[in-house]
Parts: sequence; structure tokens; C-alpha cells
Amino acid sequence: MELLERFASGDLEAFEALFRQHQKEVYAWTVRIVRDSGIAEDLTVETFWRIYKSRARFDPAGNFRAWARRIATNAALDHLRHSRRETELPEDLAGPQTADPAVRRETCERIKQAFFQLPAKYRLVATLALIEEEPYNDIAEAVGISVALVKVRVFRAVRILRKKLYSLVAGVGAI
Amino acid sequence: MTNKESNKEIEALLKGAIAPMKDSELRRDLWPQMLCKLDEQPSAVNNIPWFDWALAGILGAALLFFPGAIPALLYHL
Repeated sequence: MELLERFASGDLEAFEALFRQHQKEVYAWTVRIVRDSGIAEDLTVETFWRIYKSRARFDPAGNFRAWARRIATNAALDHLRHSRRETELPEDLAGPQTADPAVRRETCERIKQAFFQLPAKYRLVATLALIEEEPYNDIAEAVGISVALVKVRVFRAVRILRKKLYSLVAGVGAI
Repeated sequence: MTNKESNKEIEALLKGAIAPMKDSELRRDLWPQMLCKLDEQPSAVNNIPWFDWALAGILGAALLFFPGAIPALLYHL
């Protein structure tokens, strides 16, 4: 019997084999969204827990990788929804290239604040599309929406950020 | 500045402020954590919704206080 068929029928060894095959990829996808290695590890385990619970609904002829990525995206989105204002970005940020370090720090801080205030569904696509530069097709497949809707969400995220940062942009432009 | 130019500037600011995490790799095997999670799986009794327990409780109390209703209940079952 194939690995995926054994997994769907509840074979724990098959699940372990799939876990070991895909854990790095699920982690790498999740950490791009939540931007914290510890949280990404927990969400990777949560993703596979959801996968294990839903094994009976998985079609062994289907694409396990795509299915796992979609579940991982939903788990990460749930996390963003429940901890929007508590997560901190890592400190090793590049920072906008302005002459004055104080202005650069201030700019970074305001961008981070505005970014954290984005609704989770916009923050998710903005992170993947604008920061991680993932192809829109991949984002659409992972989130379970159309490419057009991904573009709409990215546009809306940028519009919200623009409104919040309007004074900042004007300030940076003058430097 | 047009909205389009402004949006481009916002995108550039965002990319400058938040670095991509493409090189971030998993540094340890998470299978032991996964096994712990699987072991924590609640028993079948814990999976019964609370309202089923509440309904059973109400039915039990009703039969206790009104034992005459037992034949009627059996008839309807």
C-alpha cells in the first residue's frame, strides 16, 4: 500500500514518514508568515496535528504538500488573528536607507506598528507577497482564494498602510 | 504624488523595514513534540459535547423525580 493510503487509513508509521518528509517545508512556510522561530515550531506541530485529525478526509490521490501548506496557512492565520498586537518582529531588520539613524529607527518602528495593526488576512498576504515575494499563484493556493483576491488583499493592505504612514512618507520624501 | 507612486513607496518602505525570512531553517526534529501532542489526544468521553451531557442530566433528573414517566418514555422510544 502506498504511503499516503496508509496515512489516510490511520497508520502512525506512515504519518511519521510524512512528518519527517514535510516538517522542514511546513516550518519554512510558517515562519515566513509568523516571523518567529519558536511560534513557527509550535505551529508546525499544530499543523501536523490538524493533518492527523483530518486524515480520513484526505484523498491519497491528492497533493499532500499543497494540502499541508494550506493547513499550515490556516494555522498561521489563526495565530495572527489571536495575537496581532503581542508578537514582536525580530530585531535584525534592514531598515529604510535614510541618512539619519534616528529617523531610520523611527521609520522602522512606525512601519512595524502600522504593519501589526493590519487585519490578519491582509497581513498574511502582504507578508507573503511584498516581504517574502512569493508568487501570487502559490499564495492563492495556500490561502484557498483566487489570484485576483490575493491582489485585492495586497492592494488593500498597502492602502491601509499608506493611510497610516502618510505623514511618515511625506517626512521621508523630504529627507 | 499619485496613489500608485505612493503605494510603490509604501512597498519599498515595508521591504526595507522588514527583512525576508527565506533562509530560516528548522534546526531540530519536531517529531518528539508531535508524539507528545498525539499522546495528549483527549479520550472519546471528552469528545462528547457539553450539551449532550446536559441533556442526559436533565433526562436523568426528570426520571428520578417523575418515575411515572418511565413507561411513557419507553412507549415513545
